[in-house]
Amino acid sequence: MNEPSDNLQLKRSTRRAFFGDAGLSVGSIALASLLARSARGAAAGHRGGILAQPHHAAKAKSVIFLFMAGGPSQLELFEDKPLLRELSGQSTPTSFLEGRRFAFLKGNEKLLGPNHTFARYGQSGAELSDLLPHHRAIADDVCFVKSMHTDVFNHGPAKIFMQTGSPQPGRPSMGSWATYGIGSEADDLPGFVVLQSGPRGPRGGSALWSSGFLPTNHQGVPFRGSGDPILNLQSPPGIDRESQRAFTDAVNGLNALRHEAVGDAEIETRIAAYEMAYRMQLSAPELMDISDESRQTLDLYGAAEGKPSFANNALLARRLVERGVRFVQLYHTNWDQHGGAESLEKELPRRCKEVDQASAALVLDLKRRGLLDDTLVVWGGEFGRTPMGEARKPTGRDHHVDSFTMWLAGGGIRPGITYGGTDELGFSITENPVHVHDLQATILHLLGIDHERLTFRFQGRDFRLTDVHGNVVRDILA
Amino acid sequence: MALVFVLTACTAKADDTPLSYGRDIRPLLAENCFQCHGPDEATREADLRLDLRDAAIAERDDAAAIVPGDAEKSTLVERIASDDEYLRMPPADTGKQLSAAQIELIRKWIESGAAYERHWAFEPLRRPEFSIVKRDRWSRSVIDSFVSARLAAAGLSPSAEADRHTLIRRLYLDLVGLLPTIEEADEFAGDQRPDAYERLVDRLLASPRFGERWGRHWLDQARYADSHGYTNDNERIMWPFRDWVIAALNRDLPFDQFTIEQLAGDLLPKATVDQKIATGFHRNTLINSEGGTKVDQFRDEQVKDRVDTTGGVWLGLTVGCAKCHTHKYDPISQTEYYRFYAFFNSTADSNSVPPTIPAPTAQQQARLDALNGRLAKLADELAADEKRSERQAAWEAELLRRRHERIAGEDAAGGNTSWTVLELDGKSGSGAEIKSLEDRSVLVGGENVAGDIYEVTAHSPLTTIRSVRLEVLTHDNLPNRGPGRAGNGNFVLTDFWFRTGDGRDLRFAKAQADHSQPQYDVAGAVDEDLETGWAINGSPEGGPNHDRTAWFVLATPLEVEDGHALTFTVQHRASPQPYNIGRLRLSISDQEWRDAPSDDELVRLVAVPREERAAAQRKRIDEAFLRSDARLSPVFSAIESVGKQRDKLTSQIASAMVLRELEKPRATHLQKRGDFLQPGKEVLPDVLDALPGFEPSESTRSRLDLARWLVRADNPLSPRVRVNRLWMQLFGKGTVETENDFGTQGSLPTHADLLDWLAAEQLHQAWSTKRMLRLLVASSTYRQRSEVRGPGKSADPQNRLLWRQNRIRVEGEIVRDLALSASGLLADKIGGPSVFPPQPSGVYAFTQRAKNWRTSTGEDRYRRGLYTFFYRSAPYPMLTTFDAPNFNQTCTRRDRSNTPLQSLTVANDASLVEMAQALAARVLAEIATESSDAEKITTMFRLCMVRPPSPGEADFLAKFLHEQRAHFDVHGDAAGKLAPGKLSAGVSSVDAAAFVATARVVLNLDEFITRE
Repeated sequence: MNEPSDNLQLKRSTRRAFFGDAGLSVGSIALASLLARSARGAAAGHRGGILAQPHHAAKAKSVIFLFMAGGPSQLELFEDKPLLRELSGQSTPTSFLEGRRFAFLKGNEKLLGPNHTFARYGQSGAELSDLLPHHRAIADDVCFVKSMHTDVFNHGPAKIFMQTGSPQPGRPSMGSWATYGIGSEADDLPGFVVLQSGPRGPRGGSALWSSGFLPTNHQGVPFRGSGDPILNLQSPPGIDRESQRAFTDAVNGLNALRHEAVGDAEIETRIAAYEMAYRMQLSAPELMDISDESRQTLDLYGAAEGKPSFANNALLARRLVERGVRFVQLYHTNWDQHGGAESLEKELPRRCKEVDQASAALVLDLKRRGLLDDTLVVWGGEFGRTPMGEARKPTGRDHHVDSFTMWLAGGGIRPGITYGGTDELGFSITENPVHVHDLQATILHLLGIDHERLTFRFQGRDFRLTDVHGNVVRDILA
Repeated sequence: MALVFVLTACTAKADDTPLSYGRDIRPLLAENCFQCHGPDEATREADLRLDLRDAAIAERDDAAAIVPGDAEKSTLVERIASDDEYLRMPPADTGKQLSAAQIELIRKWIESGAAYERHWAFEPLRRPEFSIVKRDRWSRSVIDSFVSARLAAAGLSPSAEADRHTLIRRLYLDLVGLLPTIEEADEFAGDQRPDAYERLVDRLLASPRFGERWGRHWLDQARYADSHGYTNDNERIMWPFRDWVIAALNRDLPFDQFTIEQLAGDLLPKATVDQKIATGFHRNTLINSEGGTKVDQFRDEQVKDRVDTTGGVWLGLTVGCAKCHTHKYDPISQTEYYRFYAFFNSTADSNSVPPTIPAPTAQQQARLDALNGRLAKLADELAADEKRSERQAAWEAELLRRRHERIAGEDAAGGNTSWTVLELDGKSGSGAEIKSLEDRSVLVGGENVAGDIYEVTAHSPLTTIRSVRLEVLTHDNLPNRGPGRAGNGNFVLTDFWFRTGDGRDLRFAKAQADHSQPQYDVAGAVDEDLETGWAINGSPEGGPNHDRTAWFVLATPLEVEDGHALTFTVQHRASPQPYNIGRLRLSISDQEWRDAPSDDELVRLVAVPREERAAAQRKRIDEAFLRSDARLSPVFSAIESVGKQRDKLTSQIASAMVLRELEKPRATHLQKRGDFLQPGKEVLPDVLDALPGFEPSESTRSRLDLARWLVRADNPLSPRVRVNRLWMQLFGKGTVETENDFGTQGSLPTHADLLDWLAAEQLHQAWSTKRMLRLLVASSTYRQRSEVRGPGKSADPQNRLLWRQNRIRVEGEIVRDLALSASGLLADKIGGPSVFPPQPSGVYAFTQRAKNWRTSTGEDRYRRGLYTFFYRSAPYPMLTTFDAPNFNQTCTRRDRSNTPLQSLTVANDASLVEMAQALAARVLAEIATESSDAEKITTMFRLCMVRPPSPGEADFLAKFLHEQRAHFDVHGDAAGKLAPGKLSAGVSSVDAAAFVATARVVLNLDEFITRE
């Protein structure tokens, strides 16, 4: 567990000038042993998980969740519905509307046929529209789930539901559950990292990556796409790297003396935290610096140094996973095409252009590096969009909770299949429904976690990610 | 966990200790059996319940689950001990299993008669006899006797009393959350009076800082924040409630009254403004203002949150578990949950800011009274002029005479304000079509859905905006020519405001219209109350079908960049029929609009026969006359000037969000599976069956009744929960460790008798918080040293028996407060609007909308942490890093994590670096330049830790300082950066930088952020 390089680092860090003094040797020895001990175990916080052993053999080590915030239209991207095209402009059969609540629809909307050409790609014959040309290359690596459904139809609650299993803010996010359960393999980085691209942050805010009632060191740590990825990563003006090292050694040396005096193990943790903070200051900029990637790789993603984008974030996700980070949560915003300024005609193609290439590149890049086998990639939004258009020009669709499409790849997912289906208008699921809780159960399952057994007692109840629901979707496992 | 401990530490040794159902048996049954054989009917198997004795011993097919006194005949024992995996309970697929020892316990319990007890927490409170506890030399109070008896039973002894420096720092941190000065500490250390300690405690309890420290604990439970939460997370004004809490704690408002005012202050007879502000407690629920939200859904969520919060805060119960089904473990049925819900189901708020009330400070109220008095006097002066109507009639006649001499067509309603008409782009929330006309008005067509919300966007041609003009215009396409889209051409505008492109929400301080329908004054469009609004029927000209104008004024001018986006929200009443506006035009002005009609307009007004004039018209004519009248114009101008001052003052007075009860209560229904769209049977408000109920004589069932019931003397839970939380703040954890779950799944008290004694004592103290705290901190138990040394370390590593004090890392707010206090930067001001201390850039990269973080200057830059503006979707990073929750729901206990992000914050955050600089400067200023380094280091250390450094620590710091000097000697520019400006006269920048570097080390020590 304790790598030789760790020891080396620790020895180096304790061999500082003011430990040379014979009078302080006790402190020095104590500090060295404290650091060695804490680096091994609990101190780093997110290294160790609560489970001594996974519940079963894990298929995936890491998860990259590409969250298309706003709810992409499955009817423009993944689901060709000739009948819908044919009936475009006609009234919606009342049987579709009875007893349902929508965010914006009033009940008199007309059906709206999609304006894109679809074709089948790969050996698997996956259905894709002309908006996602790069996806053709991964058609056989991916499992399309066309029968997703969820419970809530407003953005904030639906996103929170997708991430935490509950529509109200306050529960732990999926990434928090993962690191709480099985820890992380990253030495100098948080185990649960959040990245964001698009014109604004995702609705729901920090509730989406909150650790809820789990210990707070499991909350997602937002990494900014430009500048310093983590707040306060820069030492203050006038403090260079050497001074920061001296600072860290001084703090830890004095804390070690205090530990000798009062004997509280919490001080050991504090010492380890300062040591790791210092290391993060070095490793995080190195992580963000993509200049060491080949031209070919940058081109594969469409990433460019110093220009924050979804493509850069997708590439960063790979770099994070390479460094052992357990859960990488990406958001790309503005998929909310209601019509008008946010139209299917103008805005949707822009979103697709922003993510299509890099989404595919991530899968291809992971694959060629042998990382796809134990990295699970998930792609999709908080809900889908209705077969009816909204009465706006140019056109748009309302939020649809009853059916939408997501895709998964790698990490124990059966590649090259399409799972589930919907009726001729794309309104309801006709086979193999997959609820959000089922998706969550499946993601945990691939990480070696039984979603019913990873629980946390809070206010007298054992909570879990999937509330009291969720079934692992075994049909899509490799 | 708790059970195992209790067994090993207390009872395992003594085999003859009688088994207790509550302590030994119920936890086993609850964990393993009650899920299927407990209170919840819906999941009950085999029609067997084991949580009630009568049911458990009832004969079923010639056998009984439990046969008291005969374990072998009890089918329960047969099943739990069975070798057959198909018969064995609990079933294998539950993943639960009873150990042989546990089965043996149950067997023994049945053999000894299978006595049931009610769950301890529901038992009536009794003041335990403590004469049984033997007196000893260590004990100062009853608390200590209980603690020491438990320690003795476990073969442990308490730790020695901490030294005076530790004690004064401990008391300061615990009671006021700040550091003592070195002088205060030395004075206390040298105080030989026998009651020196108690004097210090009393002084701190009397400090106004006490309310801030303990108010913050309460605000956690109140889920206080300064924004609405969810997606848009707009700002809200909630600080009057925060200030109420601080003041209530400072005046030691008894906890029963404290409870009643917060839960139902609005229902008290002759409720004061203060008591109404207190009801902000339950207005801290989230508001979702995302487009397309359904008000009923979020109102339901708010009510549920109020139920859950009330249950958790006062009763320490997880009533929320009964939302979807009857509680699996505690005696709370689903019906009872919705009875409880019914208490909160009839408030007027509905996913909305209103109702609000003006919450003036004492100073504001005094000024307001003065201004009103002055206005009344001026009005008397006007009224005293007997010749006025005569002169006005003549003036009007003169105006009419001149009407034909004037050229018509001037800006009719512009007054003296110059307007710039905006080019608009309209969007309807309900799918109406909004098209722009050539005259820059927009015309609405297509969908006409009740309560439509238009978002109308323009790019500002002005860089200063003070007033907005809204014209509603007739058009042939509209019903009856409009200007509204209701059948008769009317509309009801309930809310009108705008947002700038950089995310600032602007609300108008004043609104006036050339005509408002009776009861539909235009003021209703800017009061944030969706029940009130502007309509235009009932006009002197007849019908609503006339062009109308309304003017809106901001309290202060708004500065924007040229071409900056402005998005106006035009919200209409959500009545059964649509009452939307059909055509409108907007203009802005950089001047404050004043009602001064042009001559042309005046002529039109005066032409209306006197008796037919509407109130608004009369007002405008009167005012125009008064302005022109030689005799009265000085009086009127005084009225206008004082009126302006009053308007300005009124706009500065905060609107506090409050609870208000509807006149007609809403019906409450049980909700199937907790879904408000699936109502079940109707229920009436009532309290939980497991606790003493209302008296039959009490006929009402209001929120006020509920509040009184919560703190009634025979409610055993509230006092237990309350004292346990006070205890938790002072000892790091409660004697019931699951302080928010006193139900059967919660942990048992480590000191049950002590808890009951304290709870009874709290009632005896008439719910005084300060008296209880004084009692707790005066104990020997509290005064112990916190070192983790001695036999307790292995015998009781969790320190459940309190053989020492606990070391507690302080909360994020207090980390800030301590650094402010050590550096001398702390601002004294208490209360007022929340402030914006500097925060790292990049915080809003992850929010839906960039927040308007107007970094505070002056003293507001250095206010205590609890005054930092709290956005739920993007909290101040330092607070989150130190475990502050998002306050989306009640928080009864803060986590205390220990992470590298905390290290990065204290080490590098600009705010904290500024405090390190100030700490260094303070030391350099206070200690003579020629004094030794050692002396300066000692002062610096003591400003932070109170105690002097040990020789080892002093040497260490001296060496570090020395090294830093050497470093900065070679890196002169770095020294200038770390210690900018002149830190202290006569100190070189190298020296200053070395001291800043040292101060930074001291602020980052574990001890600094720890209550020892």
